[in-house]
Amino acid sequence: MALSRIRNFSIIAHIDHGKSTLADRILQLTSTVSEREMRDQVLDSMELERERGITIKAQAVRVMYRAGDGRTYELNLIDTPGHVDFTYEVSRSLAACEGALLVVDAAQGIEAQTLANAYLAIEGDLEIVPVVNKIDLPSADPDGVAVEVGDLVGVGAEDVLRISAKTGAGVEAVLQAVVDRVPPPSGDPQAPGRALIFDSSYDQYRGVVAFVRVVDGSFHPRERLQAMALGTRFEVEELGFFSPGMRPAKHLSAGEVGYIVTGLKDVSQLRVGDTLTLARGSAQEALPGYQEVKPMVFAGLFPTDSDQYPELRDALEKLKLNDAALAYEPESSRALGFGFRCGFLGLLHMDIVRERLEREYELDLLVTAPNVAYRVQVADGSWLEVHNPAQMPPGGEILETEEPYVRASLIAPKDYVGAVMELNQERRGAFHHMEYLSEERVQLVYDLPLAEIVLDYYDQLKSRTRGYASFDYDLLGFRPGAIVKVDVLLAGELVDSLSLITHRDSAQAQGRALVEALRERIPRQMFEVAIQAAIGTRVIARETVKAKRKDVTAKCYGGDISRKRKLLEKQKKGKKRMKQVGSIEVPQEAFLAVLEINRERTA
Amino acid sequence: MTAARHLYVHVPFCGHRCGYCDFVTVTGNERLHGRYVDALLVELGRAHVDPDTVFVGGGTPSLLADELLARLLAGLPAAGELTVECNPETITPAKARVLVEGGANRVSLGAQSFRPRLLEVLDRRADPASVREAVSTLRRAGLQNLNLDLMFGVPGQTADDLRRDLEDALSLEPEHISYYELEAKPGTRFTHAHGAELARQAEAMEEYYEVVVETLRGAGFRWYETANFCRPGHPAEHNLGYWLGHDYLGIGIGAVSTLGLERRRNLPSLPRYLSAVEGGARPPAAVELLTADERALERLMLGLRLDRPLPVNGARPLLDPAAVERLSREGMLVDDGEALELSDRGRFLADEVAATILR
Repeated sequence: MALSRIRNFSIIAHIDHGKSTLADRILQLTSTVSEREMRDQVLDSMELERERGITIKAQAVRVMYRAGDGRTYELNLIDTPGHVDFTYEVSRSLAACEGALLVVDAAQGIEAQTLANAYLAIEGDLEIVPVVNKIDLPSADPDGVAVEVGDLVGVGAEDVLRISAKTGAGVEAVLQAVVDRVPPPSGDPQAPGRALIFDSSYDQYRGVVAFVRVVDGSFHPRERLQAMALGTRFEVEELGFFSPGMRPAKHLSAGEVGYIVTGLKDVSQLRVGDTLTLARGSAQEALPGYQEVKPMVFAGLFPTDSDQYPELRDALEKLKLNDAALAYEPESSRALGFGFRCGFLGLLHMDIVRERLEREYELDLLVTAPNVAYRVQVADGSWLEVHNPAQMPPGGEILETEEPYVRASLIAPKDYVGAVMELNQERRGAFHHMEYLSEERVQLVYDLPLAEIVLDYYDQLKSRTRGYASFDYDLLGFRPGAIVKVDVLLAGELVDSLSLITHRDSAQAQGRALVEALRERIPRQMFEVAIQAAIGTRVIARETVKAKRKDVTAKCYGGDISRKRKLLEKQKKGKKRMKQVGSIEVPQEAFLAVLEINRERTA
Repeated sequence: MTAARHLYVHVPFCGHRCGYCDFVTVTGNERLHGRYVDALLVELGRAHVDPDTVFVGGGTPSLLADELLARLLAGLPAAGELTVECNPETITPAKARVLVEGGANRVSLGAQSFRPRLLEVLDRRADPASVREAVSTLRRAGLQNLNLDLMFGVPGQTADDLRRDLEDALSLEPEHISYYELEAKPGTRFTHAHGAELARQAEAMEEYYEVVVETLRGAGFRWYETANFCRPGHPAEHNLGYWLGHDYLGIGIGAVSTLGLERRRNLPSLPRYLSAVEGGARPPAAVELLTADERALERLMLGLRLDRPLPVNGARPLLDPAAVERLSREGMLVDDGEALELSDRGRFLADEVAATILR
């Protein structure tokens, strides 16, 4: 297909604003799927995605559209995720496009996510086609929202399309607008082949499948390719496009979007963001790489059954291929055994990874309380990155500490401005500015420590605004913050897996909550057990589990001995399930106390 | 001839069943008392036993009519200690004479408490006065070795109730006191009726137990076993046999024997027992075969209940040396290389100590 007849575009929208429904309608309207095949959210192939109603992975589908000029155009629709945690994935999808449909709910108006993605698209130099969806809703305000959206992208309200993806009204006009307004891809069909890997997936039978946008030249089956950054070489086993299932093709040419079956078995050999080219006669320069994202939220993942450790390792390795933002390294804990310290983009990302591990890989997991990455300057002036309380140097060696900050954008009806401000003040937020988007709706911008939002900020925001507020954030980078490590000592012995890192101002409260939670979970022993929370050598909270004074069966004669022996065996077994810390026996669930105090903190 | 050094004879009959009781008991059926005594003597005759001690327990052996009790006692082998378990309300001067003339030299009286309110909770028939009367009747008949069974942790028992029970018991000058904490079995009517109260007072039982031990020791008693106290020279030799891991033979329904590695528990059914024994067969029983390690483990577990050093040299492989070392550092026990001896604190926690040091 000639470049002039190709359009590559994405749909960006806040969650629930109708992106997937619009994609479904487009597939139907272009007869890409038959009525019989049609089901809701065709593009969201994963079970989990359909259940949650959100899209995790970007996918590309090719539709053929006969436009008003009578010609048939090849439209490649690249679906994008819609949640705050997946900004990076959105940016990858956008890099493969020339245009984007910005879909806004006619009843809800612009939300925080709409803004974030619109800015990403604008930064990526994409042509934005604004669309107001759900005009059939009784509460819709298409004219008001059209003005809002027009202002955002710099067009008049009359250029904003008004549709109902649900009924199909106006969807034809959307396709025509894509043809008319989105520029055709540029690129040199004669130059050495270059293709950007914007996503990939691992297939048990076919190995690694790369999703690519061809920029220059063309690619064919059986050609030997190489990934420019990693140097990995492989032969193209098959290539093609999605419509919406995999359709093998004879070539993928400049401007087109499709897939390449690589046959690679080692998932670490191909990286999203890399450029594919021919192994011989290759391009000189790689395409500009994608923005490298760094995980900012960390948590330990441990198999409940320690025998599942190797399976967890394999599963993470496979997930990593589909999820460039996921990071992990082995970790061992006295209480929880062997597992992995994993890095995530945010809490939803963490949740999705955990659920996929449990569902798709049938693992039973224990997830520790999440924390953020900290930076610590030590005595010799160098900076360390700390992902885990165990990595925190002793207080005496620390010169400076920094924690990651975000700029949070919150949009809420004006009645909830007070509630939003209150929450942000509690979370050490610094007010940046406030803006009325309309008479009713206000955008508030705060700078906040990421640590304050990774736990339950979003839940709190939703509950305090009855679900009306939306929220998005961008990382600002590290800023000075008084960070301390709170240790727990049981009978004077430090228990590493109970340590936590927190801001100095909340150390006292967290330390107190932690020792109280432990007191409830540690049974009485033969000795008194002191439970202390300490910063360095300074004890900030203390509780005591009183010593047990009696544990003996009163009556024991000739007829009782067998029963008594069985009771003894049972008691011995109960003790084996406990972890020995010095002379103290600690039940497994006590080690989970640290998770709960964080969740209860604001409850 | 069996190697058993101790003979237990079970007489299951009771006037009524007390709510908390979990022994094998039979109420009513008076017409079977005679047949049962005869069957016991048959079972005993087949056993050829020459014991150091005999314990006639129940049930309520003293519920047997005087002539039946006399017949039973006359049929028992001679032994250095012959204990008969009695309920206070059954002790008449005539019964006391039967006991002494039958060779009983020790009587264990089920007093449980001297507080009428608590006796009522326990469904006991005896009143405090009848306990005092029984003691003096037995003394007059010449018995010089008396045990009182007492109980703490009765639902509704106050610290003051306990103090006064101890005073009342000591005022009767028994040679031996068994002081048990009430054990309410889950699912029983008693637990159903009193469970909430028992749960409420559970923590106070630590204090009660300590008060029992301190008070009785202060009065000159030896705390020689977890729940047993004696005047010097008057331990229950029969029960010591259990705690020292000796072999013992039990006859009658529900009675347990341990001979070598075989533990035999006669089934609790009275009719089946009678018909088997009368028909010339062994009483129906459940047999448990112990391993040598299990038997050795039991000896350690039981030995830790006593106030004397427990020789452990043959049984070292059953002990976790690190745990022994840790608990000895914590003052729970002393290990002199040959034997283990628990400290007082260790004895209060003997189950936990055993579960910690035994592999």
